[in-house]
Amino acid sequence: MVEFTLPPNSVINKKGKHFDASEGAVRKKEFRIYRWDPADENNPRIDTYTLDLDQCGPMVLDVLIKIKDEIDPTLTFRRSCREGICGSCAMNIDGTNTLACTKPIDEIKSVVKIYPLPHMNIVKDLVAEMTHFYQQYASVEPWLKSDSPPPEQGERLQSKAERALLDGLYECILCGSCSMSCPSYWWNGEQYLGPAVLMQAYRWIVDSRDDAAKKRLEELNGTFRLYRCHTIMNCTRTCPKGLNPGRAIAEIKKMLATQKSG
Amino acid sequence: MKRARPLSPHLLIYKPQLTSLLSVIHRGTGIFLSFGIPVLVIWLLTLAFSSEGYYCMDLLISSFIGRLALFGWTFSLFYHLCNGIRHLGWDAGWGMDMPTLYKTGWIVVLLSLLLTVAAWSLGYAVRAGAGA
Repeated sequence: MVEFTLPPNSVINKKGKHFDASEGAVRKKEFRIYRWDPADENNPRIDTYTLDLDQCGPMVLDVLIKIKDEIDPTLTFRRSCREGICGSCAMNIDGTNTLACTKPIDEIKSVVKIYPLPHMNIVKDLVAEMTHFYQQYASVEPWLKSDSPPPEQGERLQSKAERALLDGLYECILCGSCSMSCPSYWWNGEQYLGPAVLMQAYRWIVDSRDDAAKKRLEELNGTFRLYRCHTIMNCTRTCPKGLNPGRAIAEIKKMLATQKSG
Repeated sequence: MKRARPLSPHLLIYKPQLTSLLSVIHRGTGIFLSFGIPVLVIWLLTLAFSSEGYYCMDLLISSFIGRLALFGWTFSLFYHLCNGIRHLGWDAGWGMDMPTLYKTGWIVVLLSLLLTVAAWSLGYAVRAGAGA
């Protein structure tokens, strides 16, 4: 169901700590970051950090690392590859979900507001609990299912056209930016699979080497799993990899609508 | 005991953008339009059965509030129609890339405003022509 307010334990206390590390700075920038510590009894709060951009790398992740290294070691976030391929540092920056490592600070005009991925249970600070999301991914059985044994030698071959169908699908890094930008997923995420998982389901449905397309489509054909998508298109709008989960979902709906029954 | 994990903020921190905004307006206009159905039905009933009732309805609808609601319904109708056609396009697999999505989005907004103004201009012109 639609919620406009947060539960009592999640309401944000706007008056957090303020760290100023911008003495003598020419290019000052303010960062307001969501904080929550499971070790104390307090509600989440917003901490403010003022930084000197000349002493910092160009991306939002550089800021987070600088804060953790030099200013406030308690700040907690996930990161790994720092080049947009691992998907660990997905978060809400300046109001939209993206990867901290590929988001240039320059793109944000005023104060930089950083929240964890929206409508998620928070483990600590910017770290969201992703278990349910991964379980949903596992539920679409994202692996090759073929009726024929693998060839004795070599690989299962595809034509160029067959391979091209996977472009724009296989590049997904499962960061969750799209699913957590989707209001339908916010309100019905328990059952609705969300854009990221549905696009991966589609990735196997259209794979020429996979023989389970019919079964896969049947599994998706439910009010809550698939049809909670109302084509809001926040998913495609926010994908940090420039992919189009919204289109993949529309294609699944189209396949279900046009497949011959019986 | 482990503390309950807080829920991260969502609706109120997410940036309003054309994609979600047009979607929520589509919902809103749809709901508002359905409120108009009983009004239309009552108006038709009075038209068929009671000249006094019809006169009352006419007064009500012609009042400032009535016209405001009517204006809202006209816009809702055109917006819901135009955006509905956009939805049909998507269902057929057309226009789902971001540039097209934004283009068609703005076209829907402009067109529904234009059609609303046109309908009202026509309405007032007819009224003036009828000498009322």
